[in-house]
Amino acid sequence: MTDDATGAAPKKSPRKWGRELERYALVIAWVLLILFFSQVAPDSFLTWSTFSSIIFGSQAVLLILTLALIIPLTAGDFDLSVAAVLTFSAMLLAILNAKLGWPLWGAFLLCMGMGLAIGLINAFFILFFRIHSLIVTLGTASIIQGLILWVSGSQTLTGVSNTLIEWVIVKRFLQIPLAFYYAIILAAIIWYVFEYTSIGRRLLFVGRGREVARLSGISVTRVRAGSLVASAMLASFAGIINGGTTGGADPLSGLTFLLPAFAAAFLGATAIFPGRFNPIGSVIAVFFLVTGITGLNFLGVDTFVQNIFNGGALIVAVSASQLVRGREEQGIA
Amino acid sequence: MGAPVSGAPALSAAHLSKTFGGERALDDVTFSVLPGEVHGLLGQNGSGKSTLIKILSGFHHPDSGGELKIYGRDVGLPLAPGQFRRHGLAFVHQHLGLVPSLNVLENLVVGDLATKQMGYINWGDLRRKALETFARFNLNIDPSSRVADLPQVERALLAIVRAFEDIRAEQTEHGTPGILFLDEPTPFLPKEGVDQLFALVRGIVREGASVVFVSHDVDEVMEITDRATVLRDGRVAGTLVTAEADKDGFIAMIIGSRVEPFQAIPQDFGTKTADITIRGLTGGSLENLSLDIHKSEVIGLTGLIGSGFDEIPYMLFGAKTAEAGTLVLDGETIDLSKTTPGDAIDRGIAFLPADRLGAAGVGELTVTDNMTLTVLPQMKAPYGLNRGAMRERAAKLGTEYDVRPNAPLMKLASLSGGNQQKVLLAKWLQTNPPLLLLDEPTQGVDVGARQQVFGAIAQAAEQGAAVICASTDYEQLSQICDRVFIFARGKIVQELRGSDVTKDRIAEQTLLSLSLSGSRQAAPDSTGVQA
Repeated sequence: MTDDATGAAPKKSPRKWGRELERYALVIAWVLLILFFSQVAPDSFLTWSTFSSIIFGSQAVLLILTLALIIPLTAGDFDLSVAAVLTFSAMLLAILNAKLGWPLWGAFLLCMGMGLAIGLINAFFILFFRIHSLIVTLGTASIIQGLILWVSGSQTLTGVSNTLIEWVIVKRFLQIPLAFYYAIILAAIIWYVFEYTSIGRRLLFVGRGREVARLSGISVTRVRAGSLVASAMLASFAGIINGGTTGGADPLSGLTFLLPAFAAAFLGATAIFPGRFNPIGSVIAVFFLVTGITGLNFLGVDTFVQNIFNGGALIVAVSASQLVRGREEQGIA
Repeated sequence: MGAPVSGAPALSAAHLSKTFGGERALDDVTFSVLPGEVHGLLGQNGSGKSTLIKILSGFHHPDSGGELKIYGRDVGLPLAPGQFRRHGLAFVHQHLGLVPSLNVLENLVVGDLATKQMGYINWGDLRRKALETFARFNLNIDPSSRVADLPQVERALLAIVRAFEDIRAEQTEHGTPGILFLDEPTPFLPKEGVDQLFALVRGIVREGASVVFVSHDVDEVMEITDRATVLRDGRVAGTLVTAEADKDGFIAMIIGSRVEPFQAIPQDFGTKTADITIRGLTGGSLENLSLDIHKSEVIGLTGLIGSGFDEIPYMLFGAKTAEAGTLVLDGETIDLSKTTPGDAIDRGIAFLPADRLGAAGVGELTVTDNMTLTVLPQMKAPYGLNRGAMRERAAKLGTEYDVRPNAPLMKLASLSGGNQQKVLLAKWLQTNPPLLLLDEPTQGVDVGARQQVFGAIAQAAEQGAAVICASTDYEQLSQICDRVFIFARGKIVQELRGSDVTKDRIAEQTLLSLSLSGSRQAAPDSTGVQA
């Protein structure tokens, strides 16, 4: 059964310090990263405009997508289709609004409806046929990608309504585009739901102990389906913001968000509430990744470094948190 | 301590200590195991049993000053992980270490595959050897069946045989028989399975090896061991020669003083109208079962493996779907072929499954999270869940049910088995359920906590709950139940009540249950009720 030692261990203060250190390790790493780049590229890097436009301002889409991912991840499911849904949503928006002249609200509704539908399709195959979410969403991602190429004729579309662009990146508060605040508000809502509602508790129990959840009267199927629908709809929303950021849509670039979003979700799960996917950790993780990549760009490093940085940061951070905890098994996934 | 009959003991450990951050988990432990002996290692949770085992398996490094000798050979401490194998030691833990998705043969040879370079695996030859081994121990296991498809008992037997074969292979290196450690192998086995396991243990010592049997079941230790060492608070409380010791003596040594075992006074509800009725429950191995229960009554269900008694709580709770049947509770009729756990909970039914960290609670979440899951709607503040109130509730329940340590923010898995069970019992009892379903409620729970769990169950009954407890622990049933039903082939074959609710009577009737259910129909009305 239980190790005799662990019962007494949490009282120990070195261990407690380790835990506190672990909670804020990512924040500390972020600060160190900023200090590092401000030393090597002093005049250009450490300015408010770098932070307002690039670090905080440019990555609202990635942030929303990361937030979308942590919901099914908390319930124990992977959603690999989010990046495809994002791209599809941006493409639908561009086609309906720019090409067919639909009003923005109509295009929004359809995009969100598309997210809802894909979430339900994912949920149906995962829950009814009991197929692993990784497989189902890998499949739907590819199907959606095919649909995008088909409806767009593999073309990049532009000409999305200026109103959207204005409300996403042109209007600013403290010089930071509004999109950033949308993402932060979303993070706050998810934090509230995770921490202060019964739904959040149920989500957690479903992810950590399906049988326990079932025998405690939680409708596991409904919770998992809900989390998949939520992730797909949030991905659609990220697509709309992406449309407003770029003023149009192209059939491929949205897919590059998938790895950084997963990296940020797992990296975020090592911070604030270590071992749990959490929105505050995710926000910090996104800023950490973006700071690193922006700093490297300032140093004139090639763009391929982005991939190396994203992947490397994930593995290093998770390994570090594992060391702090004395290699007890990670509760993630 | 008994001196070795001839030559050196199989294992002798001296002055083993282990300190975790200033706290002594193991304090100057000295004990020895003789060749060909079954040696018990007893103690409550937290007594140092697992620390000791983990030192011997190389998982923990002991404090300096300890000594370990195996057949007189000095073994340097600390052992490197895995090194124990070279000294002829083998360990079987409760989780067995089998790969469920692989077949028996693959599991059997996995050690060889991991350590030896084999260019060509002669599966036919390995299969033949496996069959020979099984035959030696009178086991009837098909080497090509998937481990996941085996009953729990056969999995345990397989793990033990595999460990023993590993040390037999080592024998050729040092020329001495091995020592097999069984770390609480029995809690998840039904009574019959335990007997099979003991037969295997006897077979193993007959071949000259020694077995160290770690347990907190005193009865089992008394049945299988030659001598036993009792640990208490990290120290050796004593070593007893089993044949000369009695059960009270063991218990006194384990807990340091004599405990008054819990004993409910069986109540006879006689012909009083039932408050809860089960009618026509069919499904799994159950056939058309009917049962009447009264408020404040504790009912025990037991039987041999496959008799179906253990499926009843699951079906009443909707966790397993029944083919047919109804449950009448508070005048409301529930169709058991349609009900779900959610419906059951809405009607106030509570169910504590046996698999503590797999089905009853989540080990990596906190005590607070686990305890409050059933009462989240009560924890609402205007702005959402009131986390402070949740912690307070957990702390209050912790005091009430004597959870030690009472730390609401501790992970459930960090508590000992007994304390985990108190937490999970509190999770359900705070809802004041009119019907409480239990499945093996004190599996892996130490002696002291057991009495507290029984106390909590009795108190719930006193407050009006009807309790149904499925168990193969006859002593437990005799301590808490007003009536005990014995099952065979999906049917009730015997009902014990009043002064018949004793451990021996339940054991005897269970052993007879198959003959009772035999060719003639069970007739509990004429033969069963002996008031």
